[in-house]
Amino acid sequence: MGITLDKISKSYGKIKALSNISFNVKPGELFGLIGPDGAGKTTLFRILTTLLIPDEGVATVAGYDLVKDYKNIRNNVGYMPGKFSLYQDLTIEENLHFFATIFGTTVEENYQIIKDIYVQIEPFKHRRAGKLSGGMKQKLALSCALIHKPKVLFLDEPTTGVDPVSRKEFWEMLKRLQQTGITILVSTPYMDEAALCDRIALIQHGKILEIDSPKMIVKHYPKPLYNVKAHNMYLLINSLNHYEHKHSVYPFGEFIHYTDSRKDFNPDDLKNYLEHENLFHVEIETTTPTIEDTFMELAK
Amino acid sequence: MKRFVGFIKKEFYHIFRDRRSLFILFGMPIAQILLFGFAITNEINNVDIAVLDQAKDATSKEIINKIAASKHFSIIDIIEQESSIEAIFKKGKVKAVLQFDNNFGSNLIKYQQTTVQILIDATDPNMASTINNYITAILKNYQSDINDNVTLNYQIIPKSRMVYNAELKSVYMFVPGVMTVILMLVSAMMTSISITREKEQGTMEILLVSPLKPFQVIIGKVFPYIFLSVINALVIVLLSIFVFNVPVNGSFILLGFESVLFIITSLALGILISTISATQQTAMMISLMGLMLPTILLSGFIFPISSMPLPLQVISNIIPAKWFIIIVKGIMLKGVGIGFILKETLILVVMTMVFIGISVKKYKIRLE
Repeated sequence: MGITLDKISKSYGKIKALSNISFNVKPGELFGLIGPDGAGKTTLFRILTTLLIPDEGVATVAGYDLVKDYKNIRNNVGYMPGKFSLYQDLTIEENLHFFATIFGTTVEENYQIIKDIYVQIEPFKHRRAGKLSGGMKQKLALSCALIHKPKVLFLDEPTTGVDPVSRKEFWEMLKRLQQTGITILVSTPYMDEAALCDRIALIQHGKILEIDSPKMIVKHYPKPLYNVKAHNMYLLINSLNHYEHKHSVYPFGEFIHYTDSRKDFNPDDLKNYLEHENLFHVEIETTTPTIEDTFMELAK
Repeated sequence: MKRFVGFIKKEFYHIFRDRRSLFILFGMPIAQILLFGFAITNEINNVDIAVLDQAKDATSKEIINKIAASKHFSIIDIIEQESSIEAIFKKGKVKAVLQFDNNFGSNLIKYQQTTVQILIDATDPNMASTINNYITAILKNYQSDINDNVTLNYQIIPKSRMVYNAELKSVYMFVPGVMTVILMLVSAMMTSISITREKEQGTMEILLVSPLKPFQVIIGKVFPYIFLSVINALVIVLLSIFVFNVPVNGSFILLGFESVLFIITSLALGILISTISATQQTAMMISLMGLMLPTILLSGFIFPISSMPLPLQVISNIIPAKWFIIIVKGIMLKGVGIGFILKETLILVVMTMVFIGISVKKYKIRLE
């Protein structure tokens, strides 16, 4: 009842949007698709929701073949596109009832499933969808995508353009939804959200870079990683970038994440170099790589 | 079925919540029919004229009274000498001057024929010829009046040549045309916009990923507009009957049936437009340029088809409006039955089927 993809490719004219994508999402899994804008996430979603036909490869969703059984897939999946796609001139309640009706069900019948999410926006149910805040729109869109009790839920960048508090709430809701046995495929450009998935696939330029659990994926990071700090951030970045042995330099909060190209790297060498470059209070310590580091390294 | 009803309910929400489209739907038909009926007209009313009556006999007085009594003219000045004619024209106070000679009445009795001079301000040539026609008509009328009672054949000869065109009521011609244009506009443009709006908003994506079948979406989109267009057609016919006294000589039911047919033709065109345009803007442009202009210009609504160059005459055949105008004129003005408009009706039916066939073929069950 999960999702399987086998060597899916898709091109728009000469542009290769997806090449040879293969992975499986287990039933009941919360699977994250992590990648920057233009990585091919939306194309992949559209293929899996039967909106596009892949040029090559086969895939099944909830056990149904993508091309042959597309009607069955349409009955069994919930889809929340990246762009807010509800009727702005209809109220919250009308939108929900409309989507319930076209899926041949009623709001009352499946109220249990959306209750958690819907109670938060129910006080505003007579407000038109166009007049809602980003967080509320997203809760409504999720309610509408869930109202027919789908087996598989596709969420394309559900938290883009949503405030941090609502984002956190949203992921808590996803976790609770997962408890009910729904398979969820979610895409996001935010690395912090990736950590909340069971497994993630890092995707860029239409290719999968790595697939693993968030905890394990950082193990794919090939080098020791260092936090570097000094009195002047700007000067520090410049100096590090000019250091002949540097491998990667990325600002990360109050630190710079640094890796060296030498196998036998000694942090003291770097410290000497930096102090020579007139930087004070230089601190260098090893740190564990994050998903973002892993992504940046693999995407290199 | 429940899904379908739910869909239609949603469509009505869209229509009634969008003030602009609601205005187009119901404001425009009324505004257009009133505009065409009242303002854009070939008739003249209350044109100011002056009279120079040198004869001052019974006949001239009677004619002047007759003209004064008509609603088309009002005599605002009686002048005494020929020399003041030019002055009164230059002031622009009057559009025409009627001049009766000294021996106007006596000539009529002596020779059974006499002449009257009509001077018309021809700065507006159309207006001038219309005025000429109206005055001539009144004179003719008077002439036949006096000939009724006597055996002698009296003749009053106006000194201007005339083409008989008198009581032509322009509104009779405009009603079928306006009705056609409005039904076309409302049906084709509104449906094509409402379908492309779903594409633009991204809701089409969700509708596609739902168990709704394509034909359910299309019929669901079209159905409300059939209903609203029928109301529109009814409003137009009622307005023409009660405001402009245009008769419906033929069968009201037949007119209704033919209108529904034409509405469905236009809706099918609207669907066709929506399948080839990605945005509301494009849909609107195609509807306006591709449908409205030919409908107004080539359908015979304003310019008679018989006086068009041959290539345009040929093109006019593929314009549904041409056939519908023939049908409406036939039913409303001539009072013909289905037998006389069978060919036109069949052409519309075939056109509709072709449009629907193409749309169904072109309708995408996926995004590309």
